[in-house]
Order: sequence, then structure tokens, then C-alpha cells
Amino acid sequence: MTGFDFSNYNRNAALQAKGAPGPKATSTGTTIVGCIFDNGVVIAADTRATSGPIVADKNCEKLHYIAPKIWCAGAGTAADTEFTTALISSNIELHSLSTGRPPRVITCMTMLKQHLFRYQGHIGAYLVVAGVDPTGTGLYTVHAHGSTDKLPYVTMGSGSLAAMSVFESTWRPNLNKEDAIALTSEAIKAGIFNDLGSGSNVDVCVIEKEKPTQLLRNYLRPNERGQKERDYRFAKGTTAYLNEKVFTKEDLRKYVTVEEISGDPNLMEVDS
Amino acid sequence: MVGHGLTGMLGEDGIHVDMNHLKSGEVNLGTSIMAINFKDGVILGADSRTTTGAYIANRVTDKLTQVHDTIWCCRSGSAADTQAVADIVSYHLNMYAIVNNEAPSTQVAASLFQELCYENKDMLSAGIIIAGYDPRHGGQVYSIPLGGSLHKQPYSIGGSGSTYIYGYCDANWRENMTEEEGIQFVRGALREAIKWDGSSGGVIRLVVLTAKGAQRHLYLPDTDYTAPGRTQ
Repeated sequence: MTGFDFSNYNRNAALQAKGAPGPKATSTGTTIVGCIFDNGVVIAADTRATSGPIVADKNCEKLHYIAPKIWCAGAGTAADTEFTTALISSNIELHSLSTGRPPRVITCMTMLKQHLFRYQGHIGAYLVVAGVDPTGTGLYTVHAHGSTDKLPYVTMGSGSLAAMSVFESTWRPNLNKEDAIALTSEAIKAGIFNDLGSGSNVDVCVIEKEKPTQLLRNYLRPNERGQKERDYRFAKGTTAYLNEKVFTKEDLRKYVTVEEISGDPNLMEVDS
Repeated sequence: MVGHGLTGMLGEDGIHVDMNHLKSGEVNLGTSIMAINFKDGVILGADSRTTTGAYIANRVTDKLTQVHDTIWCCRSGSAADTQAVADIVSYHLNMYAIVNNEAPSTQVAASLFQELCYENKDMLSAGIIIAGYDPRHGGQVYSIPLGGSLHKQPYSIGGSGSTYIYGYCDANWRENMTEEEGIQFVRGALREAIKWDGSSGGVIRLVVLTAKGAQRHLYLPDTDYTAPGRTQ
């Protein structure tokens, strides 16, 4: 069986009819970007996941594996980006096995757009598809309704405006790998700092011709928690007391059986 | 909940179409597109702006889509819908060419587009202009507006920007123009459409279809749409 099971929808509809609030999807109010360079393509993402005004995950992964040399950055509904990329990844693997050839970026993009178009935008997946294949380097955006664009540099998500402003002011043709990584991570940083829906760290994925793909998890951590200047724990002896009574192990033996545990007493009993 | 219904209306004074009924967040081709017949074939033209609400999602879009060697189309309306329709037509025309061992005519392509646009009119927002060259019929231009009707025309304009250039086109149109005159006509019209329509902009893309095949042209706003001209 393929496709969706709508029983959860029916349950939620019944619950809502009785006045219960509906469930909220975790959205990746996101900044994702991609940029082609002379020998491949680099994509990057922030790591904040939100549920309404709540930060649901401070360090989530928005860079999804499709094939060894095709990766996807996802914005929109977190569950939809994860399941859609996983489904296409699976189909791409089978397709590659069946044809005996390495998978192509354009194949992946076409499968994604046809899947998303069928669901008329109800699957809220906004994706940046990037990779290298025998035909060259590919970089595409795929919108939830099934439209696609092919560009040398792209941004998506709520932070796309901030990120695009970085690209439009500093991008130039024929970038090398180091410049492309610096540019994409700078664009993500613009999203992290200027968009409320984006935050935390920068993940980067570099896909190069004739070289293994590098996933640079937390390539930048511009929001490290600093050491607190002060703490508000009370010092021992702050609270006054009127009398003191100490119960020893021997005292307890009068009421219960006390058994010594062998080995390190600090270790928890896991499996005897 | 995202919903959409039929918002086109047939009044006594003609068909009124509400192009402003895209599903929320849908990518729109608020467009200026056109195609013309000239002495040796056809010329297709388009701006390059794609919008999502007030944001320009792509400023260098290619709205001129190849569905066969010398059959192309101009897309307006929903980007997702028109890409899906063009992909399906492209598939059928490739199959047609293999089965019949002969390139399809422009009319075959236009009929395929019409079938898809008419049968799925409730679910689509697509305004498409088809233009092609085949050795038997020469250059031909067809337009398929929102309801899915098919019209063979000497020239056709479409998209939100087209409303501003009905006068320009009517005043400047001539039958049997040369290639150079045809390019001037399309480029001049699209320049006005881009100037007056906020939803159109970017570069001007042209495709010239003749017995010699397809040739692309590109005109940039930096030089007031005069350069660089011919590409490929």
C-alpha cells in the first residue's frame, strides 16, 4: 500500500468537533540555500525547528540524503520534507539499481515535482535539490505545488529574503569551493540573525565531482550558550534550623532489610 | 484549508476571468507573453518574472518551453500547473514522433494542450500560447485561454501584462514581417508590457522558429532591452 492513511485526520476531525484544539505541525520556519561553484554545488541550512512561537528543536537536520551525490535541503512542514525526501531517495535507489547507472539530479527533481503536484500543495514540502551526476552539476528549487526553478544560486523558506540579499549583493560567477561555502554559510547566517523562524547553527553539504560528498554538520555555531556570569543557587547552610537528627544505616536496619550492592555504588543497576 | 473554485464568469459583455484566485503560497507567473507569425516562421516572447505574492521568486525565469524540436509554448498562470501540462504534452509529442516516425504538426501539439486544459479546467489556472514551425504548414500560433478553448491567430498576447499592449500591438501589427521586423515588434511590445505591468519584469526572452530550427534571443534591462540579442 502506498499513499496516506487518513484515520488520524478522521480522529482529529472528531476531536475538534467536540471542541478540542487541533494538533499543530512542526514547521521548519527555515533558511535554506544552494550555490553552484566551479567543481560542484554546495547547499546549507539553519537548524531551528518551530511549532508556532515555540522552538521545537534547537539543532535539527534539514539536509536530507537522496543519493550519495544528490542531497536536498527542506523547508515547510518538517514531517512532509522528511517523508517526501525519504520516499524519493528510496525510488531513486531502485531506479539506479534498475538502470545500472548513477542517478541524475533532474530525475530526482522530476520525481519530486510530480509527487508534489499530485497532492496539489497539501504536502507542504519546499525543497532545494542539489547534486552532481554524469551530465554535470544540478541545482533546483521545488515548491509544494510542484513548480520548479533552475538557477545558479537559490534560497527558500521564511529566511529566503535575508539570504537572497546576501547572494544578490556578493555572488559572482565562477566561485571556487571555499568561496561557495563561505557565501552559503554567510547567507544562512543572515537568515539566522534576521528571521525569527530561523536560528541556531549552520549545516553545510558540499557535493563535488569525483570526490566524496561532505556533510559538514554544525559547520558554524554562532549561537553557543555562554557561561552564566552568576548563579542563584543558595550556599550550604543558608537556611537556619532548630535541631539536627542523623539516621544511620544501623538505625534503618531495625525497620527494613538493607542490602549492600557490590561494585561501584554510583552505577545504576541496568542488567544483572 | 486551501480551496479554489471556478471564478471565471460569463457576462453579457464577454468572459470575465479572475486570475487572482491562486491557492495561497502558490507560485504565479504574473506574466507578459506573446507569439507572432512572420514571413519565415514564428517568434515567441516572454518576460522573466515569477512571483509568490509580493516576492519575486525568480527574476530570470524561462517561460518559453520546448515541447518538440520546433514546437514551443509560452506559459502564464500557475507555474506548477503550466509546467505539469507542458511536461505531459512534451511526453506525448515525443511518443508521437517515435510511433509515426515523423515530427508532429503544431496543430497536434495545440490539440493536446487543449485536451488537458479543457478536461481539467476546474483544477488548472493556465493560459498557454503555442507556436510552432512545421514544413507542411509553416509557422502557426495558437492560444488557449483559461476555459480551455483553442484559437488559431496571426499573433497572440497573454498574461497580466498583455492588457497594456493591446493598443500597441493593434497599431503596429503587419502581416508578413521580416525576421528583424518581427523581433522589433515583439521586443517593443514586451518592453511596454514590462514597463506598465508590476507583475512582469526582468529580461526579455525570445525564440525564433523557422525551417532552420530554433534560435534563442536575450535582451537585458541594463541596456534598455537592446543587448546582447542573439544567443546559441
